[in-house]
Amino acid sequence: MSRKEKKERKIRVVIAKPGLDSHDRGAKVVARALRDAGMEVIYTGLRQTPEQIVETALQEDVDVIGLSILSGAHNTLFPRIMQLLKKKGLNDVLVFAGGIIPQEDVPALKKRGVKEVFGPGTPTTTLVEFVKENAPKR
Amino acid sequence: MPLLTNIKQLVNGVQKGDKRSIAKTISIIENNEPEAQKVISLLYPKIGKAHILGITGPPGAGKSTLIEKLVKELRNRGKTVGVVAVDPTSPFSGGAFLGDRVRMQDLSLDPGVYIRSMATRNHPGGLARATKDAARVLDASGKDIVIVETVGAGQSEVDVVKVAHTIIVALAPGLGDDIQAIKAGQMEIGDIFVVNKADRENANKTVSDIEAMLEMTTEKKGWKPLVVKTSALTGEGIAELLERIEEHRKYLKKGVIDERRKERIEDELVEALTQKITESIVNGLKQKGEWNKLTLKILSRETDPYSAADKLLSKRLKTARKR
Repeated sequence: MSRKEKKERKIRVVIAKPGLDSHDRGAKVVARALRDAGMEVIYTGLRQTPEQIVETALQEDVDVIGLSILSGAHNTLFPRIMQLLKKKGLNDVLVFAGGIIPQEDVPALKKRGVKEVFGPGTPTTTLVEFVKENAPKR
Repeated sequence: MPLLTNIKQLVNGVQKGDKRSIAKTISIIENNEPEAQKVISLLYPKIGKAHILGITGPPGAGKSTLIEKLVKELRNRGKTVGVVAVDPTSPFSGGAFLGDRVRMQDLSLDPGVYIRSMATRNHPGGLARATKDAARVLDASGKDIVIVETVGAGQSEVDVVKVAHTIIVALAPGLGDDIQAIKAGQMEIGDIFVVNKADRENANKTVSDIEAMLEMTTEKKGWKPLVVKTSALTGEGIAELLERIEEHRKYLKKGVIDERRKERIEDELVEALTQKITESIVNGLKQKGEWNKLTLKILSRETDPYSAADKLLSKRLKTARKR
């Protein structure tokens, strides 16, 4: 076992689908891109509640949460998720989002702690760079 | 930040079943942080309560769905459960897609269930070590049952399954190669064979094929490996499977467990020793620049790897004796 391999840390990411929309193609594209960039990606599956997402993040000790939502319920669900993360002590987890989220909603979400929101058409390379740069250094 | 963590506090948290402590502890071990060894040595005396199930088998056999059904039924019976779900790391990117949780969504909020997804990370023997220790953390946290799920392909998976008391090989009919696809080693290690997707028409044939093969290859005295038919979708066979698992647990309690455990412990000791010896020798050489000198000699074919290794060892042993 070489020294290099010994203290190998991987960035662990949860890609979650909060709410009731069933479109996860984008989420899976993002998941694959992050995997191809060397990260360990846990995909939650569809129709997750904020409680389920936060609990998964806790048990899996993730560094990053990516939220994919196309149903328009982000203004209800995201604040709840951020609140729960705080409550469970997961304060240094990087949270980003994507899907169908109108630009005018973004500032409020960022105030709540969502670091960045990426719209449709964002190149996966942008996402990968963003996660690598902003994931907590533990 | 791991250096500032109070290890004893973490270990206490694990024993109390605190999920955050469990999560952090597994991460420390998985990432081979400096505290990992201390953590393991603190937890080791606390393990031994949980019944550990290893579930292996080809992709597509329905392992994750089967596990979900098993866990739900165990919960109905008042048992707490830990699950370690393993998926392969890509040898090219070093990343992994850990998708087993998708099949276990209903369980994520159950306080009596803990699920951790792990990637193999392609360490030689690394899968066995990290996954084994994660299972031990869950054992120390008080779970009645710990389930380790892997893909049954390759030596590592057979190794990790050695940490389990009861080994279940899950198959499904019509996966293509039927019995021929069962990897060498799986036939020998399986305590219970499960033919999942029992609703498929060739399920009965698969069951009889396995039974016939077991008849031919089994020379085990004592526990006779058997086959259970299940349908993870309908729930058929789940209760029967749990009964068989319980039967096996009772069988092990009669003393067989100690023999198997001793073998496993010896293997683990050899592994730990090898790792430490390699580290101490290799690191020492790297520091002195000798490593580089040697590799260059081998590159220019002045010597070969085996002779070089011999020389190193004898040099090292001489130095040790002098002291």
